[in-house]
This record gives sequence, C-alpha cells and structure tokens, in this order.
Amino acid sequence: MTDAIAPESHAGDGRLVENLTLFARTLRAAGLPVGPGKVLEALRAVQTVGIERRDDLYWTLHAVFVTRRDQIALFDQAFHLFWRNPKILDRVMQMLLPEFQVAADEEEKRERVKRRLQEAMQQAPGEQQETEKEELELDATLTWSQQDVLRTKDFEQMSNAEMEQAKRAIRDLELPLDLLRTRRYRAARTPGRADMRRTMRAALRSGSGDIPIQWKQQTKRPPPLVLICDISGSMAQYSRMVLHFMHAVTSDRDRVQSFVFGTRLTNITHYLRHKDVDKALEKVGEEVTDWEGGTRIGACLESFNRVWSRRVLGQGATVLLITDGLDRDNAEGLARAVERLHKSCRQLIWLNPLLRYGGYQPKSMGAKAIMPYVDAFRAVHNLESLEDLAQALAKPAGVQQEGLNRWQEMVEA
Amino acid sequence: MAALPTSVDATQQLLSDGRYVADRSLSTVLYLSLSLGRPLFLEGEAGTGKTEIAKVLAETLGRSLVRLQCYEGLDVASAVYEWNYARQMVEIRMSEAAGDRDREQLSADIFSEQFLIERPILKALREDVNGPPVLLIDELDRTDEPFEAFLLEVLSDFQVTIPELGTVKAPKPPIVVITSNRTREIHDALKRRCYYHWVDYPTYERELEILRVKAPNAADELSQQVVRFVQKLREIDLFKVPGVAETLDWADALTQLDKVALEPQAIDDTLGVLLKYQDDIAKIEGSEARQILDQIKQEMHTEAARRSL
Repeated sequence: MTDAIAPESHAGDGRLVENLTLFARTLRAAGLPVGPGKVLEALRAVQTVGIERRDDLYWTLHAVFVTRRDQIALFDQAFHLFWRNPKILDRVMQMLLPEFQVAADEEEKRERVKRRLQEAMQQAPGEQQETEKEELELDATLTWSQQDVLRTKDFEQMSNAEMEQAKRAIRDLELPLDLLRTRRYRAARTPGRADMRRTMRAALRSGSGDIPIQWKQQTKRPPPLVLICDISGSMAQYSRMVLHFMHAVTSDRDRVQSFVFGTRLTNITHYLRHKDVDKALEKVGEEVTDWEGGTRIGACLESFNRVWSRRVLGQGATVLLITDGLDRDNAEGLARAVERLHKSCRQLIWLNPLLRYGGYQPKSMGAKAIMPYVDAFRAVHNLESLEDLAQALAKPAGVQQEGLNRWQEMVEA
Repeated sequence: MAALPTSVDATQQLLSDGRYVADRSLSTVLYLSLSLGRPLFLEGEAGTGKTEIAKVLAETLGRSLVRLQCYEGLDVASAVYEWNYARQMVEIRMSEAAGDRDREQLSADIFSEQFLIERPILKALREDVNGPPVLLIDELDRTDEPFEAFLLEVLSDFQVTIPELGTVKAPKPPIVVITSNRTREIHDALKRRCYYHWVDYPTYERELEILRVKAPNAADELSQQVVRFVQKLREIDLFKVPGVAETLDWADALTQLDKVALEPQAIDDTLGVLLKYQDDIAKIEGSEARQILDQIKQEMHTEAARRSL
C-alpha cells in the first residue's frame, strides 16, 4: 500500500476537497452513515497527517469514516477502488445508479400491487373459503365471546382476518419482566440508604438544629431480553405470529435482541426496530434466507454462543428460545450448545408450540437434548399462551421451575 | 513533559520507545487523535493491548495517567465528583456551635472546593503540572446507556457541570483513550466524537516482535513456536481465542518451566494459561495440540530449508 496515490489528489487542496467530497458521497452511497460534517473532519485529518504515504491516507480516512467493525470491509473496498482512479468509480456508480433506482422502484410498485390485490381478494370472492372454515368453529362462537375464541385458537388454524386480529392483540400485549436491581439510586420516602447529597442540602435549608435525613433506594430495570426463534418448515405457521410478537416486544422496550434460525443464525434486531410491523417483517424476509427449510438447532445455537452470547447476554439477560425441538441434524451438539447457553444467561425459557397437543411428550432427540437445561417450558401456540408467558416473565427467576419437573421426568423415562 | 509527536513516524517511534510494538495503522490514528485533540476509541477483543496503549502514552509523554474503570451502574458520584459529607457535617456543627448563623455564607462554604472529592473524570480536567493527563476510560461497554450519554458532554466540550460550583472546564483537553471489548455496541453519537480504530490480533511477524520485546528471556525457537501455535489457534472455532496477553503469559510460563521448545506434554500442562474455557481446553488438549505442533514443526522445517538454499 506504499505506492503513491492517484495524481489528481496532489494538485493542491482544491482537488483534495473535491476528491474527499466525492469519496464521502461514494461511501454514503455504499451504505456508510457519512454525514456532511465528516468531509470537513476528513479534510482536517488529512491535512494533519499529510498525503505523502498512501497507507497513512488510508488509516486517516479510516479513523474518520469508520465507526464500527462491520464497516471496515466496505471502507476498504471503496478506498481501493476510489483512490486508484476516482473517475472510474464515478462512472461505475453513474452506470449503476439509475438501474438500481429503476429496479427498486419497480420492485416496490410490484409489491404494492401485490398487497392491494391480496387485500381485495380477502374482502370479496375469497371470503367463501373463510366462511367455510369459520363454520367449523361455529359451535365455539356460540358459547364464548369472539375475543375468547381467538384467545385460545391455535395459530395454525386461524383465518386471515383472525390472524389480523391476533396481530393487533399481540401488538398491545405488555410484557412485564421481572425487574433487576441496578446500582443506580433515586430519591425515596421510605428509610433505606441515606442520600447524603440531598440530606446536606436539606440541612442547610432547614437551619434548625437537627438534620433531616433524606433517603434513596436502588432503581430497578428490566433485564435484557434475547429472543431466538426457529423459522424452519415445521414452525412455519407459528413463526409468523411469533415474529409479530418479537416485533411488539422489540418496539415496546429497550435492550431486546432478536434472532431467527433455520439452517443458519441471523440477527434481526435492527430490522424489527422499524415502527411499521409490515415493513419490519418485509425487511426480515429479505435478510433471512433460510425460511421454512431444515433445522440445525445445535449448530445455530453454537454459533450464537460463539458470536453473540458475550455481546448480548452480558447484563443478566433472559433468553426465550422458540422452537419445536425437531432437529434435522439428529440433535448433534445440541445438548452442549444449550448447556452453554443456559450457563451464560440469567434464565432460559423454552417456548414450544407442540405443547398444545395434550399427549405431547418431549421424546424427540432435540427435545431430550434441550429439556435438562431450561428453566421454564411453556406453550406458545395461541394468544392465551402468549399472555401466560407475559405473566410468567413477571415472576422472579426460580419460581418458574414449577411444573418443569414433570416434563423432565418424561425425558428421563 | 515530552512534546507531542509531529508526524506519524514520530508517533511510531514514541510507541516503540515505550516498548509497544504498533503497526502503522495504529500510529496514524493515534497521531491524528493527539494532534487534533479528539478522543481515541479503541475496540477489539480482550487481550489485544488496548489498555496498554494509554499506559505507554502516559509514560512516554510524561503525563499522569487517570484511569476510569467502567462497570454497570457507574454514576456521576463515582466517576466525576462527590462531596465529602462527613467534613461538611462537622463544618455545619462547628458553625452552629460558634453561633454563626449566616446560612448563605455557610452554604457557600460547604459547597466549595475544599469539600469536593475528585473522581477520575474531574481529575483529568484539572490543571496538571505534567501537562494535560491521559484519561483512560477502560471497557466502556460495561457501563449502561445513561453513563454513555453523560460522557457526551465531557468528550465534546471537556467540561463538567457541578450544580453548586459551576462549570469546570479543562484548560487544555486531556488525551482521552476509550477502550471497549464490544460486549455491546456503543452508541454512534459517542463514536462520532472519537477517532475509531479496531485493534486486531497481530500478524505473525508483529506478534513475534512483541514477544521479543516483552518476554526477552524466552528462547528464540520457543518464541517462534509459541507465536505460530497461537496464530493457528486463532483460526480454530473457539469460544475465546487467546490474545497477545495470553501469548506473553504462555511464553513466560514455558520459560519458567525451563522449556526451550514446545513439546506435547508441556502444551497440555500449560494450556490453561492460553485458553479460558474448559470446552476450549478439552477441544485442543491431546491429539489436536499434537497435530498443530507437528504442523508448526513442518512449517519451520520447510522455511529453514528454503532459507538455506
């Protein structure tokens, strides 16, 4: 990297400013968060270090433009393309941009049309199918209110309209998690720890002989929550609803990290932060490539342990593992991975949609591997179970053990 | 107090004077941060020598090192300042006993500098005989978001506000080095105020040089083998691959055991120095270690043969 930089950039500051601006624009187009202020900053930095050496220029711009590790590769490519000959890149971008634009526009249009079509079909003739299905549930609707039927209905059997309703209900679902004590304090009325700072001020205010002690108490905050959801074929119907659930939880509170896995693990937290649930799920759909395929729970959890666990489980996190425990890999390495996962989080809760079947027994190899290491084992197949889950999460860890023994005995049997 | 370096080369020299083997990328970003007075944000795996940079900088520049070790729940009272309540109480009682009842005056007296306990950040903003100190904010990723937000003011204006006293502004900004092990992402707003650098594991040549500088007692063959072994380990899927600190510890341990070259038994006995997870140790111990060792020996052999040609 010690060869000289392109001759254009030697021709005085004028060219340098121009080139830096162009370079910043290139980076922005490539997806780096480069604000306008960065160009000035870069210019100042480059003037400080000088442009005698190409590698110095590289690291100088690197220091200014890169703020995260995952941006390094992008920066590296852009730099080498650009400073070899800025004109080439310019031309390449010009050639590419309009095409991208068209493609994206068209894509969006198609998407919009598709959705409108879907909506239209749902309302008009397509209703026939739905009414047929609803007839099956008719006896139920006679005895319970609409709301209650929905609450206990399996996600798998829901019609589209019901699904919509369920989604709305999920959105409004609150999730009171058991709170963790932090090391921060706030003012309190009841005696606990003396707040000397406020006491001192009160003493000065009162002016009488005695010093009224002011109190403070530790604040509490919910622990971080990590959701790991199976999106393989066997989970297809549930994972859609669970994704809605994940979106609701992610927008409801801070410190939530969401992952999905089929054959590989993907962190989707960033996409779920999008306010609009449809947009968010659309983004997730684009990002995740292993929808409704096979499952490799062991390998995926192991990669979670290796890549993410130290980054997201650090501060006493609760982990919700959402899977049916059916593993294509014959549960290879699963027990080891779950054990480590269990050791590195505060509590591990397994949500299993298969629990809805009365006679379900955790006898599959996957279930056998996971069972010994979970703190709680719950169903997640309808709204009611999701609500139950919300309440369970509000209990302190440890209390949840109840009921788990029965399942564990089944595994051992 | 030594003068700040005036070029990238001088910065590199400065680091090597402090027995820190740096590559040019680090020297460049460090030079930038020193000459433009912006904090340096160092991110990277544990044991790659991030904290060491601040120490070396303080030492070679003759500045004092102010270290703020971060932890969850770190608050202003333990990071910036606290009042000395016991002394304040005594002061109030004494003024009462003396019958001096001027409350305004008392209040002004009590919240004055003499009752102030400085914590690292305030200390770093104060005038120092050695020149602006080096402020090391270590493992920032361990704190919580509220503290990060608080740091924004400190890092952009180099000042803190004490309600009773007013604003304390640094006469000259301190040299700030922030490290993070990336156990969580630091907010972009904070990173924007810093120069960012990812401290990676060193290359073979650089790690060998580090070993020669920092562990000069290790035999030459042993050093080479140790570095090769560690570099091979970093390619394997482990929960925690060894950092430079572990390489140094391992070389030391082997030297203590009077080893001049790696041998299977010695590796198994000392693997705990290198790897910090039982799973990792179980994975490498025995046959895997032996295999790596054979590979290394093979490599060294072919290299020696090529050199003799």
